[in-house]
Amino acid sequence: MVLSRARQSYDGVVLAVPVTVPYQRYSIETAHWWMGKALRALADGAGISHRDFDGFSVASFTMGPDVAVALTQHFGLSPRHIDHVPMGGAAGIVSLRRAARAVQAGDADIVACVAADTNQVDTFRKTLANFSRFAQDASYPYGAGGPNASFALIARHYMDRYGATREDFGKLCVAQRDNALKNPNALMKKPLTLEQYMSARPIAEPFHLFDCVMPCAGAEGFLVMREETAVSLGLPFVRLLSAIERHNAFAEDPVQVRGGWVVDRDELYGMAGSTPGDMDFVQTYDDYAVISMMQFEDLGFCAKGEGPDFVRQHTFTVDGSFPHNTSGGQLSAGQAGAAGGHLGLTEAMRQLLGTAEGTQVKDAKLGLVSGFGMINYDRGLASAAAILARAS
Amino acid sequence: MSGDILGAFAGALASGAVRVVDLTHTLSPDFPVIVMPPELGQSAPFRMERISRYDGGGPAWYWNNLSFGEHTGTHFDAPIHWYTGRDLPLNSVDTLPPADMIAPACVIDCSRQASEDADFLLTVADIVKWEEQHGSIPARSWVLLRTDWSKKSAAAYANLHSDGAHTPGPDAEVMRFLVEERGIIGFGTETIGTDAGQAGHFTPPYPAHHYLHGAGRYGLQCLTNLDRLPPTGAMIVAAPLKIQNGSGSPLRVLALVQERSTR
Amino acid sequence: MTGPFLKPKRKNPLARTTQPLLPPQARSRKAHGLTLAAATGRFMLQCCGECGRYTYPAREACPNCLSSDLTFRDAPTGGSLLSETRIEVTSDPYFREHMPWRTGLVQLDCGPIVIVHLHGGCGGPGSQLKLSLQLDRAGQAVFFAKPVSETPHMEDDPQWREMTADPKHRRVLITDGRSPLALPMAQALKKAGAARIFVGVADRWKPLDQQALLAAIEGVEFVDLDLTSERSVQELAMDIGAKVEILVNTADHVRPAHLFDAGAANAAREAMDHTVMGLMRLAQAFGPVMRSRGADGAAGAVAWVNVLSVHGLSNVPQFGVHSAAHAACLSLSQWLRTELRPGGVRVINTFTGPLDTEWFQTVPPPKVAPKAVADAVLDGLKRGLEDIYVGDVAKDIEARLFDNPKAVEREAGQ
Repeated sequence: MVLSRARQSYDGVVLAVPVTVPYQRYSIETAHWWMGKALRALADGAGISHRDFDGFSVASFTMGPDVAVALTQHFGLSPRHIDHVPMGGAAGIVSLRRAARAVQAGDADIVACVAADTNQVDTFRKTLANFSRFAQDASYPYGAGGPNASFALIARHYMDRYGATREDFGKLCVAQRDNALKNPNALMKKPLTLEQYMSARPIAEPFHLFDCVMPCAGAEGFLVMREETAVSLGLPFVRLLSAIERHNAFAEDPVQVRGGWVVDRDELYGMAGSTPGDMDFVQTYDDYAVISMMQFEDLGFCAKGEGPDFVRQHTFTVDGSFPHNTSGGQLSAGQAGAAGGHLGLTEAMRQLLGTAEGTQVKDAKLGLVSGFGMINYDRGLASAAAILARAS
Repeated sequence: MSGDILGAFAGALASGAVRVVDLTHTLSPDFPVIVMPPELGQSAPFRMERISRYDGGGPAWYWNNLSFGEHTGTHFDAPIHWYTGRDLPLNSVDTLPPADMIAPACVIDCSRQASEDADFLLTVADIVKWEEQHGSIPARSWVLLRTDWSKKSAAAYANLHSDGAHTPGPDAEVMRFLVEERGIIGFGTETIGTDAGQAGHFTPPYPAHHYLHGAGRYGLQCLTNLDRLPPTGAMIVAAPLKIQNGSGSPLRVLALVQERSTR
Repeated sequence: MTGPFLKPKRKNPLARTTQPLLPPQARSRKAHGLTLAAATGRFMLQCCGECGRYTYPAREACPNCLSSDLTFRDAPTGGSLLSETRIEVTSDPYFREHMPWRTGLVQLDCGPIVIVHLHGGCGGPGSQLKLSLQLDRAGQAVFFAKPVSETPHMEDDPQWREMTADPKHRRVLITDGRSPLALPMAQALKKAGAARIFVGVADRWKPLDQQALLAAIEGVEFVDLDLTSERSVQELAMDIGAKVEILVNTADHVRPAHLFDAGAANAAREAMDHTVMGLMRLAQAFGPVMRSRGADGAAGAVAWVNVLSVHGLSNVPQFGVHSAAHAACLSLSQWLRTELRPGGVRVINTFTGPLDTEWFQTVPPPKVAPKAVADAVLDGLKRGLEDIYVGDVAKDIEARLFDNPKAVEREAGQ
């Protein structure tokens, strides 16, 4: 067997025009409406027509029965590179990584990466009920608790094994709420105290209300292109230094205690020529604080099992010792379905472009974004991460 | 007026001088039927299943499907019912001569004896005693055995025990006597059969069936209201359904009774 | 720990009856391998014919060796609890009415990781558990984990009661009081805590052999019921239809007749009228009201039991008419099962070999004692089974049919 060769670099790949279509708790519109808004904002932001996007990558749970190609006709696109990335919280980075390779290879010049989901009154229940074959067969019929119940099993085990406490999770949630208060687009607009966190009503032990994200409607988007394209369009951009994805890693672990990041993280930092300590901020996939804690470990900010201690040693606010989920993350900005996987990317782009306004981390030059998704049965299968850098 | 018999009869009906007594039980699923040993064929009980009742099955009308054995409820036995009558002419209900459907009745009241003994048997001596009082039983008349058995509740009516049914009926000799010596047209009872409950042990077995049908005569059973008939003088109308090759049939049995008081 | 399930209070007649809801029903076709196991109380998982590993959830290829030779095989029932949660909030309407709901993640001794419904008596993570496959109210197979050893009031756990049809505090109708099954059935139901036992008797004017013994059981009440009469069945349903939570149909009609006998059609019609049409009349009269009462309190309508001849699965000539009638009953009961499912009412078919009664006098042993049938029905109710095979003959035929139905057919009557 021929051993795999070293991954080629992402040199020359840049991201531009971070777009967030402000979230709504419930929407009477379809996912398509939200995608249209995002595409319009991308075109406006780039100062070109949407017909100039020759690449299109979409992520959504609620675009059925359409597939990506159907959407080209819906939106009047004529791309030569097309991608549908139904990977939930990992979709943003996976979209980015594939788009990067497409523009590097010349398969496309400008790839519009869009994630959008609506949240009609019964959308969430339907999505859960039909999530996957294994979920349908083997997890949903057990109380139909959805991701809350599935991650509760992972969280309870993590707490038992590594000594994490509800207070540790609460600290992350409270810090993110602090960040969200500086983000006008965040759905959560009231401060959250640790006391409120601790005394909130239970949802699925050990989770209580503020451990859970709020499903909502919304869209996120960005453009991926080569540096020269951005320059010719006169667009500010950020650089992609490295990106990894890994699926169904560590299948032998009885309960999920780690994600696929562990497998590829040396390559992630190696390609970027950096170390965890170099990061000016980190955007983890925070469907639950325990998963953020796992990402701190698996992405090398601390050793396995030291997540709780790591949390106790840092503040996670925009102005703190470890700026984390600076937009408020999904926990406080809202989880717009698959757009939750893009939220960290658009926020990281703004940080590195210096346009994050209220949530701006001072002198942010280098940031890590992590994605995680698809609890197909008992664990999240997809993990991904990318390191982005300021253009200069 | 003597030339206009039916006109006079109509007048008597209208005036109440002749009253009509219904000797028939209501046909219902709950009415006991004869019980045979279970490995033998069984008579189907009366059943009624709805076709429609002003509903989707028929918006403006009500009707039912019926099913029952020939020997269900108040019913008529034709000679073909028993092996002794199998080769006789006109032995089935469809060939029954219409004139035989109307005949006078002699009612023998044995209700006291039957109340004392469920296995009471009518004997020739009882007939002799009755004839001393009411005169000889005329030929071609029905003999109806009154036992008041029709007043009993279902379980007491069937009166089944581990050795079979215990209900009153005629003995063998009286049946031979009534058929051969008196030439009766038929024999009627209030019980489930024309024979007594234990008649299977008689010689011959089931003598009422044996002698009546062997001589081309008829049976009526599960009669009621016999207590409303005079010992003599009632006219019985008993017209079974015209069932091809039928051995019997449920029917409406009517008695015409002349009111003595109005005479 | 589980508290005892106390007799529910009488219903407030002004309160609306809770409408039955079902847990999520969608399953892949492969997952019904578990349904097959759960229906008979077995514990089976997919096992790879090549590498020998058990796998779960149900797959089309072995994740270890990609063999498609995955068959459901009996598996050890032990496991240990890895993690657990108590769900307080759900988007599913059925579970919403049963919150909180305890679930867990279990490592099976044979390998796979399964999400389970967790009995209230189970200890926390690390506890050893005994698993079973159960049919939930939707009739779909689910894993249920209980403590390895008996805990107080174990059968009263509210989650477990959703998986079973326990007669405790429920009212039961035994349709044919003349059946030799009636007495042991009533005795077993009483012992299991049934609140009332209605015993249907046809032709009350005929003596009833077991009358005194049945009447001696507290809670037994004789009711007029003649399955061959639509009116009789309808009238009883009008009286007590809304009081029957478990219906046990013991009706049968065994009359030997040769196919070519002159009277065979009559015998067949009579048998069909007592059994098939009887079941149909019962279904029409009691089905709708039972289906509507599937969530009527903690002891709502829950099960319909048919006692069927195992020869309904494959005809035996000695009892050809009987076999044919029970084949028709089986088909009808499958239909009934589908119709009662929306109410969460399970249809349990109890297949028995020849009973040790007069009608099978000439059949050589082994024969099934009526009490054995009653005990099996009670066991099935308490375990929430769907198909029960009672006695050696029925079990033998079940196994042989599974193996080769043609062999069963050819060997019948030899």
